[in-house]
Amino acid sequence: MSNKEKHWEKTKGLMILTLAIWFFFGYVVFMFGSSLNAASFLGYPLAYYMCAQGSIVAFVILIFWFANRQEKIDEEFGFTEREGDD
Amino acid sequence: MFKGKFIDNLPKIYGLYTGGFLVFIILMAIAEQAGMDAKTIGILFVAFTVCIYAIIGYLSRTVQVDAYYVAGRQVPTVFNGMATAADWMSGASFVAMAGGIYFGGYTYMAFLIGWTGGYVLVSSLLAPYLRKFGCYTVPDFIGTRYGGNLARFCAVVVLALASFTYVTAQINATGTIASRALGIPFELGVWVGLVSILLCSMLGGMRAVTWTQVAQYIVLIIAYLIPIFWMSNKNGMGFFPHFMLGEEVARLGELEAQFGLVKNAAADIKAAGVPGGLKSIALPHAGVPDGAMAAWKFISLVICMMVGTASLPHILMRYFTTPSVKAARKSVAWSLFFIALLYTSAPMLATLSKLQLMDPNLATGIIGKPIADVMQIEWVNSWMNVKQAFIADFNGDGVLQLNEWFMRGDVVVLATPEVAGLPYVISGLVAAGGMAAAMSTADGLILAIANALSHDVYYKIIDPKADVRKRLLVARALLVIIGAAGAYIASMRITSILGAVAWAFDFAMSGLFFPLILGVWWKRATRQGAIAGMITGLASGTAYLIYVYPKFMGNPAWLGIDHLRFGIIGASVCLVVMVVVSLMTPEPDSATQKMVDEVRIPSGKTILGKQH
Repeated sequence: MSNKEKHWEKTKGLMILTLAIWFFFGYVVFMFGSSLNAASFLGYPLAYYMCAQGSIVAFVILIFWFANRQEKIDEEFGFTEREGDD
Repeated sequence: MFKGKFIDNLPKIYGLYTGGFLVFIILMAIAEQAGMDAKTIGILFVAFTVCIYAIIGYLSRTVQVDAYYVAGRQVPTVFNGMATAADWMSGASFVAMAGGIYFGGYTYMAFLIGWTGGYVLVSSLLAPYLRKFGCYTVPDFIGTRYGGNLARFCAVVVLALASFTYVTAQINATGTIASRALGIPFELGVWVGLVSILLCSMLGGMRAVTWTQVAQYIVLIIAYLIPIFWMSNKNGMGFFPHFMLGEEVARLGELEAQFGLVKNAAADIKAAGVPGGLKSIALPHAGVPDGAMAAWKFISLVICMMVGTASLPHILMRYFTTPSVKAARKSVAWSLFFIALLYTSAPMLATLSKLQLMDPNLATGIIGKPIADVMQIEWVNSWMNVKQAFIADFNGDGVLQLNEWFMRGDVVVLATPEVAGLPYVISGLVAAGGMAAAMSTADGLILAIANALSHDVYYKIIDPKADVRKRLLVARALLVIIGAAGAYIASMRITSILGAVAWAFDFAMSGLFFPLILGVWWKRATRQGAIAGMITGLASGTAYLIYVYPKFMGNPAWLGIDHLRFGIIGASVCLVVMVVVSLMTPEPDSATQKMVDEVRIPSGKTILGKQH
């Protein structure tokens, strides 16, 4: 497998992992909305909290994490951009 | 004072600007104490901020093609994040979202999840690859990846349809705010709004829009957060509302039980003469409706908004302006960070505002009070006069019940400072914020349409030999024409602010989502497949919308997929058709495959040249 192919394999892996976490916070949590609301967090019903803040904050952290991981992958295979590549 | 390059001085410039804006707010507060009337304060707020944007727009004028289309590809990540956040948060987010939560509670909050989670798709599937491609517009990518004018043209059609649906709602919002703040009729307000919008984008294209959007973000976030913190602290509900309103949410639940959530019969509403578009509070604030169907309705709306986010060209094109692929990825993260500041605040605003209205223990509460007294309150009066609020004494007992109070969802945010008894300077600030939100999105959208028409249709298809001057002239002329068309339709008031916004997402996902991601992630995707996918996706989505929308054919929704969710049908058809047709046609030539390989690695030159 060439360098490019290996890089793409890892990139794909990261993409799938990222989307799995995204799927959990975007969908799985809300499939159980009515049962989650029995629990509470910071005094808010849990499903309400996940909607109002929890999942949104999770998405923000997820994208920052993804960007850093992808940069590491690019570095590993020597595909980091240089100044003036444009 | 400012040495060196403009880009290096950005933090200083915008820091100074933010300070200046805060000083302006304080000056207005002093003027209010000194007896300046509410109307003048409103006019000053809107006029002052719009003038600043116009000045920024003028200073950013350009005659360079890459500055006009992609801001010279030198916008730093954090600033591009702010600009995207302003581009993204429309009049609907600013004006209508808290109002939607106010009336819809948990079920409405699916929009919050959908409008934030979509950015995960943007960052992992699209933005970095489109940046590497080096395109000017979204159809530019489709046209080059799949080849041929037909593919390019189909993408332009989807882009224009989605963005135009969206832009009329934005111009509508600027009209509503301008007419209220300046005291002019709505029809005139729409045109005033349009002129302000064009002042920001006409001379400098993407470059001007970028720098005004950053300025608009600063105004809109200040305007959104100040009333929330103020209300929360004034009533001792918590110093930091986002983490401290648990009790208030529980209290709302108690009040709902006490007053009862009654859904009024349509016949009663009609008989009482409630103006169209006004709603009463009939859904629980934090309660989750039971059953699989309710969960599916929530999730299906989330799907549409997320996938739609990742297909909206005016958002994707913001990531063409970053200096590198790496910066594009980081910039998506910053965008969502700045968006989250407002989105996590909207439920808090709705909670506080609703409590101010409903809690009889608070001085501002009106539910459960005699109607004759409520009618004397100044803000009730002024909103009733413009038919944005209404009281219908259904049971004839002379006391205002929860189901007897009607209000338009879109005015909740604008009215909240008055409801909560905050000084008028806050109302003026909120009007300026709403104006900033609607203007920034309208600018992004009009520019997306005009750029696609001038670059993809005029330059790439009609006249590839046109020189730079002529291209930019055409681009600017189109900007004015599209803006005027949008304002004309907005002045006819066809749908409420939100209906049209959700449609834009559905149109975009029906036609563009799969052609875009498969273009990067599936080498086997062919031109014929993409064209067939775009056409059938858009056509089936639109057909389903006509089939199901109450004002068109009004048929019962299939599996709960109503007119807000028609993109699910369109995008599914698009995917199936695109895959089947691609597999039936010969695989793309080796040059195309090599191009896709190049797109997948961040280093090296962009696929399209710097100037094209």
